Amino acid sequence: MACSIQGCAPVLAGGIKMRRLKIPPLVLIAMLWLVAMVLIALFAEWIRPYGITALDLRARLTPPIGFGGTERHLFGTDELGRDVTSRLIISIRISLMIALGATVIAAVVGTTLGFLAAHFRGWVEQIVLMLIDFQASMPFLILALSVLAFFGNALGLFVVLMGLYGWERHARMARGLAIAANTQGYAAAVRQLGAQPLRIYLGHVLPNIASTLIVSATLSFPEVVLLESGLSFLGLGVQPPMTSLGNMVGSGREYLTRAPWILLAPSTVIVITTLAVSLVGDWLRDKLDPTLS
Amino acid sequence: MSLLDVTDAAQIYTTRRGLFGRPVKVRAVDGISFSVQPGRTLGVVGESGCGKSTTGRMALGLERPSEGSVTFEGAAMPVPRSAEWRDMRAKMQLVFQDPLGAMDRRLTIAQQIEEPLVIHRIGNAAERKERVAALLVDVGLRPDHAARHPHELSGGQRQRAVLARALATNPKLLVCDEPVSALDVSIQAQVVNMLTDLQVARGIAMVFISHDLKVVRQVSHEVAVMYLGRIVEQGDPEALFADPAHPYTRALVSAIPVPGPRRIPRIVLTGDPPNPADRPSGCAFHTRCPVAIARCKAEVPALRHFDDGRKIACHLADAQTKVAE
Repeated sequence: MACSIQGCAPVLAGGIKMRRLKIPPLVLIAMLWLVAMVLIALFAEWIRPYGITALDLRARLTPPIGFGGTERHLFGTDELGRDVTSRLIISIRISLMIALGATVIAAVVGTTLGFLAAHFRGWVEQIVLMLIDFQASMPFLILALSVLAFFGNALGLFVVLMGLYGWERHARMARGLAIAANTQGYAAAVRQLGAQPLRIYLGHVLPNIASTLIVSATLSFPEVVLLESGLSFLGLGVQPPMTSLGNMVGSGREYLTRAPWILLAPSTVIVITTLAVSLVGDWLRDKLDPTLS
Repeated sequence: MSLLDVTDAAQIYTTRRGLFGRPVKVRAVDGISFSVQPGRTLGVVGESGCGKSTTGRMALGLERPSEGSVTFEGAAMPVPRSAEWRDMRAKMQLVFQDPLGAMDRRLTIAQQIEEPLVIHRIGNAAERKERVAALLVDVGLRPDHAARHPHELSGGQRQRAVLARALATNPKLLVCDEPVSALDVSIQAQVVNMLTDLQVARGIAMVFISHDLKVVRQVSHEVAVMYLGRIVEQGDPEALFADPAHPYTRALVSAIPVPGPRRIPRIVLTGDPPNPADRPSGCAFHTRCPVAIARCKAEVPALRHFDDGRKIACHLADAQTKVAE
């Protein structure tokens, strides 16, 4: 009797696993896109056909292939005859690095501060809440402007600065969810078993609230891409001759009527990437929850 | 020597009513004393808000009493969340009212039962696995339940899993805070029987908190009836339920459903239990007591010992027993 039950269990578990691994086609496309973006970012130096500053003055504003262009410049060239394909590849690398780095920094800083506030309460919580209010009430663009004006513009600093964007949302959520878990339910139960705080927060509270935090992170990822684009557009982000997606959009707008491909190529990448991140994040949230299947 | 000693313990909470209200001190538990011997069960009964759960939390050391003391094995309870306090958790465990809320819904039953062993560094991986399997059998779960998640079990099975987790470290004291009130009656009986069997087999002391008098009568060696943060009557469950001396206990006992026509008429108490922040003068029960006299309003009755081992806090205790006869 017991044997037959035991023999039954792995089959059942296997069945559940098979069902869980089924990925909707749209999510699959989104994942493939993101993988492609990461691969492009990683191997940018090898796959770019030309240097990003290499000029081809005789072929300025060449349209992309299929619109009257040649295979020498797949996505055409810009006003200085620089190859749009090469610039796009390097831009993806820079923008992805900034957005990914900033999102991770925001999530880690925010969640840590939120947990600290929930654990210690009292004056620690007051300080964290004050920081949150300060961050939320300060227009981020002004903060970014002043920091960049004081400290100059380096890529590392820029990533950290972008990381300040959105941490307060993570902190608020992590604090609220951790307090709720602490006062009743599983976290209180584990504390009562004699667990160290680190074990409670990293082993129990974090996995349980991860789905919410992941959704929040996938929401802030596109925002960071757009913010970086905005700052670069204003000339405060990535400085020429270095290029980023936002930078390309900014410089391409002057030729919108004559050479729309300069602007459309990076815009399309921004739109599809942010959409892909949202789709994958949403799917991931459902998968991380064992009660939904 | 008794395992757990609670002496004159009181728990005072401060609440504020309204935006500009003055902070009000609420004596949720107001000076109670009891002790629990190894392998024995103390049942704690009373209506909602009478301080039962707070008593349980103080007994476990989850809260420090504002006044009085709690000692376990003769030593004072360490400060909550300190290292000694955490080590002490292996010796005393809590069984929750809501088993689904008390479990991490992302982990399997086996992982959760193993957790206290990992926390207190008991055994290696293979030994722990063996111990989890043995615990599952002890609480009446099947081996294949080990790989399930909490939401894949029924209410009774979840409570069994919570109990297995509580028993994992071989605790000496178990505080059960309404362990069966969320279960339906047939499952209640199973879980209560299992609990008493395990208690006898392992010699665990229990504090059993419930508002269900029938369950308390079945599991307890001693019963304490609480009203508004104080013990009003304490004693042997058979004697106490057969011949309740305090008017409040009498009302509670008369509310137990009995098959057939009632021999004792039901005593229906009027009004709600008073606000603990605004405790009535004298005996807290005099506002609802059917036999209150002038003295009850003026003087707080002490918990007096009687010849049959019972303790009663009522000015009329002697007179009442005579009237009942």
